[in-house]
Amino acid sequence: MSLGYLLRRVGMFLLVVWVAASINFVIPRLARGDPIQAQFAQLETLGIRTSGMDQVVAAYKKRLGLDRPMVEQYFSYLWNVARFDFGPSITYFPADIGRLIVQRLPWTIGLLTASTIIAFIVGNLLGALLGWPGSSRWVKWLVPVLMPLSAIPYYLLGLILIFTFAFTFRLFPLGGAYSTGAKIELAPAFTLDILYHSILPALSIVLSVTGFWMLGMRGMMVTNMGEDYMIMAEAKGLSPMRIFLRYAMRNAMLPQVTGLALTFGGIIAGSVLVEVIFDYPGMGWILWYAIRATDYFLIQGIVFVLVVSVALAMLVLDLLYPFVDRRIVYVRR
Amino acid sequence: MSAASAAPATTESRSPETWSRRREWISYGRRNPTLIAGLTIITVIVVFGLLAPFIIDQDATRTTAFSKDLPPSLDHPLGTDSFGRDMLALIVVGTPQTVKIGLIAGFMALIIGSTLGFIQGFYRGPIGTSVRGVTDVTLTIPALLILITVASQVRQVTVESMAIIIALLAWPGTTRAIGSQVLSMRERAFVPIARFNGMSGMEIIFKELMPNMLPYLGASFVAAVSTAILFAIGLEVLGLGPQTTNTLGMTIYWSQLHSAVIRGLWWWWLSPMVVIVTLFIGLFLISHGLDELANPRLRRRV
Repeated sequence: MSLGYLLRRVGMFLLVVWVAASINFVIPRLARGDPIQAQFAQLETLGIRTSGMDQVVAAYKKRLGLDRPMVEQYFSYLWNVARFDFGPSITYFPADIGRLIVQRLPWTIGLLTASTIIAFIVGNLLGALLGWPGSSRWVKWLVPVLMPLSAIPYYLLGLILIFTFAFTFRLFPLGGAYSTGAKIELAPAFTLDILYHSILPALSIVLSVTGFWMLGMRGMMVTNMGEDYMIMAEAKGLSPMRIFLRYAMRNAMLPQVTGLALTFGGIIAGSVLVEVIFDYPGMGWILWYAIRATDYFLIQGIVFVLVVSVALAMLVLDLLYPFVDRRIVYVRR
Repeated sequence: MSAASAAPATTESRSPETWSRRREWISYGRRNPTLIAGLTIITVIVVFGLLAPFIIDQDATRTTAFSKDLPPSLDHPLGTDSFGRDMLALIVVGTPQTVKIGLIAGFMALIIGSTLGFIQGFYRGPIGTSVRGVTDVTLTIPALLILITVASQVRQVTVESMAIIIALLAWPGTTRAIGSQVLSMRERAFVPIARFNGMSGMEIIFKELMPNMLPYLGASFVAAVSTAILFAIGLEVLGLGPQTTNTLGMTIYWSQLHSAVIRGLWWWWLSPMVVIVTLFIGLFLISHGLDELANPRLRRRV
């Protein structure tokens, strides 16, 4: 991996973070002049009036420094964002937005990482089997089953899963991340409880994403089949298993890894909605509360952190890619 | 458009040439059942949306029109919701609204996306590079999240304003797809030949590349419509949709807000969901079928 490649990727990451922060700065100021006044006028029309509202207003006025010139406001905003300092929340005043988010982030990362990895592995394996001439007939039946599932948004699939397995058959909990009243600790019982609660939300993501990877992998396998190295491997008399894993799948995987980076944003956005449906206490859950309470600064903070997470995941994948595909030497054309 | 509609009964009035072209269409339809299935599904939904308002009484979507929470019966084939609205009427009114969001946003996204895609794929140098940079950055930022920021500011959205907001963020996928196709197409022999003949860049784009790109543009349009509907329903489920319009997504939002799932009111959320899922599957099949049309490598052997 060349230094230039590394610098370009990191530069791209910083660019994305900067653009996201700037969007957050510009949008409320475009929509209406004074973001605080508008925010509180809106809260009042909704009949929401927390005690000590004046205190909140004063805190935000001081923070945003709206009497200062726009450029100065912008730079102090960027400086705050760089330190992940989003100020106090309106709904949970005086709780710090950054801290609220940090409390929620592990739930989302856990659910999302686990289900993305499972879907990626299962989908690619199934897709590889589909494109492999020697695999058994029953694999072909997966296409008509998983293909429609990949066309359904995860959160709608989640509704069906809750209704079937939680409401009708009562096999799984209706929502939440752990049983109410459970003691939050590092004990085997509590870990099992968390796993038990995460099965349905994870399944709704896995079921629809698997089909996507499966179809992509099948296409790649079919194109790879005619390649010279496949004929070579066969001529060498290698075992079919070895040809399948080390020759066919190894090469078909590469575009899929690129695809993982590109679809990550969509997966995160979809899983935010899964959390709303399942009442799962991650980022999506707190976003839903922020939207309902019109806590604009909290919404901004959540969106920003999610955008940064996606960009970070893409950066990591980009940096790992040269290790996956050794043929690629990044040099400037 | 649909090859399945070609009826063999009218053969005499047509010249042999048209007839053979028709046969080609039919035989292609047989080889590409995905496309035909998708077109059929979408046609049925659109016809349903166009005809239903004449059959169904629109007053049935007013709140307290009927008793609350009625399960499906002969009077109310899809039951009623907790506001006392007839579900069938809600679906009938909501489907064209949701399709409308998809079509407006999808069309705008196609225009923006393919223009930028042609620029990015065709022009080298600073113009192409800067467009590519903008697309890459926009692709990295999850559009739905930015939409949430915008929609929570705008608050009172309508079907039309929501479609426009969505279109402004739904184009990068189209740009990438079209851009990479143009990039590979400009390397083919007919582009330098056109240049030797004295065609300008614009002329090459419109006269040489565009006709070759038609299936891709079609697939991109369908994909853009599908993405737009996905975004719209996502926003609506979060409560950021048009509060006074009964789109399919808003119906799901209200059912969520009133805990329809755990109250066992399955007809409330299941009815809009069935239509949404059918819509997505139809669009998915069309874009898959168009991919097959455009990319002979994927074509099935007969």
